[in-house]
Amino acid sequence: MERVAIIGSSMTQFGQRDAWIRELLAEAGGECLEDAAVDPTDVDHLYVSNMASGEFEGQTGVVNALAHDLGAIPAYTERVDQTSSSGGAGMYAAWRSVASGASDMTLLVGGEKMTHRTTAEATDVIASLTHPCEYKHGITLPSFAGLTARHYLERFDAPRESLGKVAAKNHKNGVDNPHAQFQKEVDLETILESPVVADPLRLYDFCPITDGSAALMFCPESVAAEYTDDYVVVSGIDGATDTHVVHERPDPTIMGGVVESGEGAFDMAGYEPEDIDVAELHDMFTILEFLQMEGLGFAEQGEAWKLVEEGYTDRDGELPINTSGGLKSKGHPLGASGVAQGVEIYEQLLGEAGPRQVEADVGLCCNVGGFGNCVITTIMEAGA
Amino acid sequence: MTMEAYRYEDGSISYPGHPIGPDGSEPVDTVDLSEYTAEVITWTTSTATPPGVREPNTLAIVEFDVDGEPVRAIGQATSDDIETGDEVEPVYVDELRTPGKGIREPDSQEWDGYRFEPV
Repeated sequence: MERVAIIGSSMTQFGQRDAWIRELLAEAGGECLEDAAVDPTDVDHLYVSNMASGEFEGQTGVVNALAHDLGAIPAYTERVDQTSSSGGAGMYAAWRSVASGASDMTLLVGGEKMTHRTTAEATDVIASLTHPCEYKHGITLPSFAGLTARHYLERFDAPRESLGKVAAKNHKNGVDNPHAQFQKEVDLETILESPVVADPLRLYDFCPITDGSAALMFCPESVAAEYTDDYVVVSGIDGATDTHVVHERPDPTIMGGVVESGEGAFDMAGYEPEDIDVAELHDMFTILEFLQMEGLGFAEQGEAWKLVEEGYTDRDGELPINTSGGLKSKGHPLGASGVAQGVEIYEQLLGEAGPRQVEADVGLCCNVGGFGNCVITTIMEAGA
Repeated sequence: MTMEAYRYEDGSISYPGHPIGPDGSEPVDTVDLSEYTAEVITWTTSTATPPGVREPNTLAIVEFDVDGEPVRAIGQATSDDIETGDEVEPVYVDELRTPGKGIREPDSQEWDGYRFEPV
């Protein structure tokens, strides 16, 4: 099977945007076509990662709309919804389309338009993924995070400050990302004294509500060489699920989808956790960064907080995590986030990350849907 | 109204019940968890609640011991005066959240259930 390459990327400004979903997708899609120097009529497959444009905006059929807006007709189109991991699932769909031989040029665009809704409304749209036994109690994704964070801190005797340090680190990284929603540092004291959202977690433990879009162009490695000398290849990719009902998992601190998709991606790539030079993890909530570090094998269970305390995951640490600023600082337009993780790793591997640049030959992204309900892990490395 | 959990062929119990149990078998029996007490595993108080939900909303994951078989459940607590390790009992409430205020179709599910009250 020929390796799958990524030959172009783009990312819109994340934040509060005037543009609606169709415009956001077209902005990132058009810029990615330009970046990859691919004519829209050469796109065989077009995928859109999006969780809820119908619920947020009353606009469905976004992928066909995008094909028209980009001039990509008659490309095959498909919308990929896997809640917050729609972007990662889109990467998996795009990879499969090329790896199977069905497409020689696949454009993936992820996007979401959210900020026109109140926080309560947006929280409810996202919480609609929960089981009826959860939804009727008013359980939200942030409340799952609060429940899990308390359990983690009590069980592993981890200091509350360690979660705040994840937020401080990712905000610091986001200062150098011109596309991030928040490009400002936040000190630990401010984080720890911010309003309680889901005790023990506070405002700065959570990502914001965001509009934005990001895109990647996939093709066979043999085709990539026709377009550029600078491309990356997808070395490993896998997706997995865990229980729909979150409290039914045997251990609240283990996300089975992270473990399973991580093992699958590492097996496919032939790498071990210690081979990863840079990672983008799904820090929708600070506690998730610990759970993914442990589930992916970067840390032992209950030990990830110590690595954060030691600076191991800082930009100049041994394993920089969320050099983009993460969802925490960059923002979390649901369907775009997994694609934007891929954009950051793509730029890091090609040496195009500017002030965020770290030394990296192999990178990983982990995109989490629901509260670990669906997870995609992707490993990438520089091509040629 | 009962707090109905399913027991499967391998003896395991889940709340809520599912068509297929962890061992791959169909459920063989039901258990009414409202007849048992449970221990708080973890809890949170959510201050940013969606439409139709009380604010603040204290929630807990609890574990029942049904004749030696652990069964976990999640739900609202009757009070924010709650700690990990507390013993709680289910207390029936006819409307946990106002139907129709949120995005979920009111007729698609039930809205009554049980809150956990410290014993």
